[in-house]
Amino acid sequence: MLTDILLTLLKAVGVVLGLLTTFAYMTLIERRLLARFQIRAGPNRVGPLGLLQPVADAIKSIFKEDLVVTAADKIIFWLAPFIAITMALSAFGAIPAGPAGSLFGQDPWVFNLDIGLLFILATTSMGVYGIFLAGWSSGSKYPLFGGLRSSAQIISYELGQGLSVLGLLMLTGTMNLVGIVNWQAEHGILILFQGVAFVTFVISSFAETNRTPFDLPEAEQELVAGYLTEYSSIKWALFQMAEYVNMITASAVISTLFMGGFKGPAFLGETIANIPFIWLFAKIALWLFIFIWVRATLPRMRYDKLQQFGWKFLFPVALMNTLATAAYKAFLPNSSLWYLGIFSVLVVIAMIVFSGSRDWQKVDVKTRAVAGD
Amino acid sequence: MGVLEIAKGMGVTLGKLFTKPVTVSYPETPARLQPRYRGRHILTRHANGLEKCIGCSLCAAACPAYAIYVEAAENTPTNTLSAGERHASVYEINMLRCIFCGMCEEACPTGAVILGNEFEMADYKTRDMVYGKEDMIVGVEGSKPQRREAAKNTKPVKRGFVVTPRREVEEAINANKNRSSSVATIPGSGVGVKPNLELNEVKR
Ligand code: SF4
Ligand code: SF4
Repeated sequence: MLTDILLTLLKAVGVVLGLLTTFAYMTLIERRLLARFQIRAGPNRVGPLGLLQPVADAIKSIFKEDLVVTAADKIIFWLAPFIAITMALSAFGAIPAGPAGSLFGQDPWVFNLDIGLLFILATTSMGVYGIFLAGWSSGSKYPLFGGLRSSAQIISYELGQGLSVLGLLMLTGTMNLVGIVNWQAEHGILILFQGVAFVTFVISSFAETNRTPFDLPEAEQELVAGYLTEYSSIKWALFQMAEYVNMITASAVISTLFMGGFKGPAFLGETIANIPFIWLFAKIALWLFIFIWVRATLPRMRYDKLQQFGWKFLFPVALMNTLATAAYKAFLPNSSLWYLGIFSVLVVIAMIVFSGSRDWQKVDVKTRAVAGD
Repeated sequence: MGVLEIAKGMGVTLGKLFTKPVTVSYPETPARLQPRYRGRHILTRHANGLEKCIGCSLCAAACPAYAIYVEAAENTPTNTLSAGERHASVYEINMLRCIFCGMCEEACPTGAVILGNEFEMADYKTRDMVYGKEDMIVGVEGSKPQRREAAKNTKPVKRGFVVTPRREVEEAINANKNRSSSVATIPGSGVGVKPNLELNEVKR
């Protein structure tokens, strides 16, 4: 019993350290990659190849003066970054990094809940309280805008995100993340059968993590730095940490739900596919790269368009996918899963074709008023 | 914004990821300047070694940043510095004020002051940013800190840029090199004036 607790603690510390190191180097990798996308060299002065840049950044942000605005609500102002980072870090513990017992005889996850997926969705959206409270307690105008934007955005996109995974859950019949991965190992990865859900889930993950093109809460051009405006020093760093950790968690969740999680491709044989960590890390790295790539390419959306996109596109499409999967389960319970696969491909193609038409982008006065534009 | 357009855009950025960055890693790789780049001033001489500047202060009047200070003195038979009646006994430009606009060069009736290409003048003391005649007279290479560094290490001045100078600058430098050495001995002509590095060192 005691050893169990100790082991879990040890694993938790390991995960936190791992996440924070990844965060530190993600900032460097992101800056270097963004620079290369823009044909620049990027930060390469501190240490060989700029590899000590994160250390320099950390020292700098720790030793900067910690300013608190007079009008700020001090307690909440202090609390907000901690909420953000705590939620971000605790969500990752549920992600399984390998098959049971593969970490020196231990399970490569911190905790394995039957409601694993629900837990992750819940904690990541709790993290928004950090952002929202930060904006609220700053006692200044732009952070308030940023915080409100962020909560409105999360509400809209959480709906799409939650609905996207419903179909998937109906197929797998479990919310346990290890269960979902094992189901995929047995039947094939879920991106094949839930393509539509995959698309909507990825888009709403971008929105949930406040990444471009959905980074409205900290839109520099309009809001200085959004909810971060009044933060400095280590509290600012904590928010940055939370943002990046959320990004890593989102990548891990996408990989786990749709891309086979910790399992490698089956054709490489069981032993190779079962090597812990490697496959999950590779998939996370791929998604992190995509996050950066998208940031390097896409401009920010306008706020009313963001809301429209969430409510008029993501939500109905995710709902339709849920209904289609439910219909499949109800009427064709024993037939091949490939019907769903074909359905997904057709719908995705239709979405690509119709995305060029401008109809859904038309702004009518009513939605503009609702979006507060 | 259709998906296909987005995909096209993503393709463009991905392509750029694999192209060589255009960044010039100054100071490791020298910066290439354009010939007409306006940097530190040069005070030129006539072919016979006399200074062109006649201390008329027109440059100081034209300077929009009030960066130039000139004091004129009469040329005497024993102390002939310039080709005119008077010469500049003090000629200073405050490089912190100067905006390198080139108005002084345009205003000068004798073509005495021209803008060269040097720009690496960062220094520790504000006072050291005031460049005197001895820091700008043609033939002096490098900025004050660069020359101080070179004097300390007894190495030639190292410049961090390459440039093909424009015609005026090139002519002025060449004329100074080809100057007949006999004239160079005019007493007090400033020829062979050493940059007063020691002086700076002491003052600091
Ligand atoms: S370049 Fe312009 S600012 Fe500088 S000294 Fe000449 S006139 Fe003044
Ligand atoms: S540099 Fe030219 S304008 Fe200035 S004082 Fe000398 S002669 Fe006159």
